[in-house]
Amino acid sequence: MPRSLPYLLLLPATLFLCVFFLYPFVLVAIDAFTRNGAWTTENFTRMTGHWKFGTTFWNTMLLAAVVVPIQLVMALTMASVVTKLDRGRSTILYIFAIPLGISDLAAGLVWLTIFEQSGFLNSMLTGFGVLDKPVLFLGYQNPWAIFIAIVLAEVWRATAIMMVIIVAGMGLIPKEYGEAAEVFGASRWQRFTRVTLPMLKPSLQTALILRVILAFEVFAVVAALGGTNFPVLMGETYHWQFAMQERGVAAAYAMVILGISIAFTLVLLRLLHVPKGART
Amino acid sequence: MTDTSNAPDAIRRSGRWVFVTGVTLLCLWVLVPIYLLMVNALSAPAEVTAFPKRFWPSFDTASLEFFFGFRGVVDALWNSVKVAAVTMVLAIGLGAPAGYALSRFDFPGKEAFRFLVIMTRAFPLPLLALPLAVMFIRTGLDDTILGLALVHATLALPFAVLITFSLFSGIPLELEEAAWTLGCTRVQAFIKVVLPLAAPGIAASAVFAFVISWNEVFAAAVLTIENRTLTAFLLQSLDVSPLHLKFAGGAALVIPALLFIFAVRKYLFAMWGIANR
Repeated sequence: MPRSLPYLLLLPATLFLCVFFLYPFVLVAIDAFTRNGAWTTENFTRMTGHWKFGTTFWNTMLLAAVVVPIQLVMALTMASVVTKLDRGRSTILYIFAIPLGISDLAAGLVWLTIFEQSGFLNSMLTGFGVLDKPVLFLGYQNPWAIFIAIVLAEVWRATAIMMVIIVAGMGLIPKEYGEAAEVFGASRWQRFTRVTLPMLKPSLQTALILRVILAFEVFAVVAALGGTNFPVLMGETYHWQFAMQERGVAAAYAMVILGISIAFTLVLLRLLHVPKGART
Repeated sequence: MTDTSNAPDAIRRSGRWVFVTGVTLLCLWVLVPIYLLMVNALSAPAEVTAFPKRFWPSFDTASLEFFFGFRGVVDALWNSVKVAAVTMVLAIGLGAPAGYALSRFDFPGKEAFRFLVIMTRAFPLPLLALPLAVMFIRTGLDDTILGLALVHATLALPFAVLITFSLFSGIPLELEEAAWTLGCTRVQAFIKVVLPLAAPGIAASAVFAFVISWNEVFAAAVLTIENRTLTAFLLQSLDVSPLHLKFAGGAALVIPALLFIFAVRKYLFAMWGIANR
């Protein structure tokens, strides 16, 4: 009995993940490479042949490339600030963590209140006399305004998850290291870059992998703010699946998202490699 | 902190001032957009589309009444709750035993299981909904609460495993061993000693699973047609719905989120501390 006990405990979760995680991925791969039961790459040629594909792909990459570094810096700042607090720490932490519970759709709607034509940004700018009349920020004439709005909403929403992981990671770093560095005359900045950052590698790895993958999945924020004026991969996947009823092409999009997610995960695992012995 | 008079203190105080300003700005960065959404949700429809906008609410509930009176909204809200509740039960029911096994036993295959769980992180899981849509039609699970909850549970399960693993690891094995020597069976020891200690943390991870499901948009939109969740409902009516409906809907999504995060705030960081590995 005792020997089989751990397996019995793992069995339900393992079965579940096999049925609802591994199996569907085999299916989606098959969907992507077949059409009416025959093996073909037609789905991929249709996907890449569509005029929107290039824009969609580069929009998604550009968004990730802009959003993730900003979030990393902000999350590190928030985490360091929080560790220095002595009063009100839990309140500030709660406030910083709030966006963790907010969906991307809700975040998109939150920022829509600011950027829509009769929204708060226009109200403020005309109030200060910067503008004479409200500007349509989120129209197709202003792709950069849409991009900026999406970046702000994404940074606003998803920095919290990185912050939480980094705060948790900082809590695991023994105080003695920093104190020793201080004794040897290291400045605050040196202590941060030479002691804290290297010790944070495992947390940074987790945070970055999660965030980068979520950045490729960006969907509802874009739907709420940009509509179809700023196409991204996940939105196109949805569009092909739902509006065009083209499962194969949607699956091909899924494979693209999957491919770049895995590629970036591997790169991050390699870049922030943590030697096994260094784990505590 | 309140010491006065000499120079280093003056520098420290100005440093302190910069620090406090920074913290305040960061808090405002998080809170002000939520406040503005609430202003819209708590104003009359005419004020929501009016220009220029006032920066405080008129506390007119017409927008909210319109939202809750809108056909399908109450059902969608209720569907969201049901799906999230089923997700929560599935994720914890399947995840907690696995977390316990990982924290208490060394056995061949442990690394393989951990690899399976960690792997889920490298995949954009909502995409699972695409092939499952077909599978569900075949099995009659399409457009059902359970069908969507199964996908959401795939999203939440890895987190539930890692979080409960960290919770159980935090409870010393010696406590359980003491109970065994006092004549408890393994199951009794678990129920009487481990479970009471782990219960609040398990509740927190259950809330976390609830939030994951509550917020999910893509799978919900792909897998439901009649029984839409609130997120799917709002997404599908984005193009056509008036602004005050969108903002009231946004508020209906945000307010539970505030409460959920408040409920688990104590555990948020402890949960992630070990879940990192």
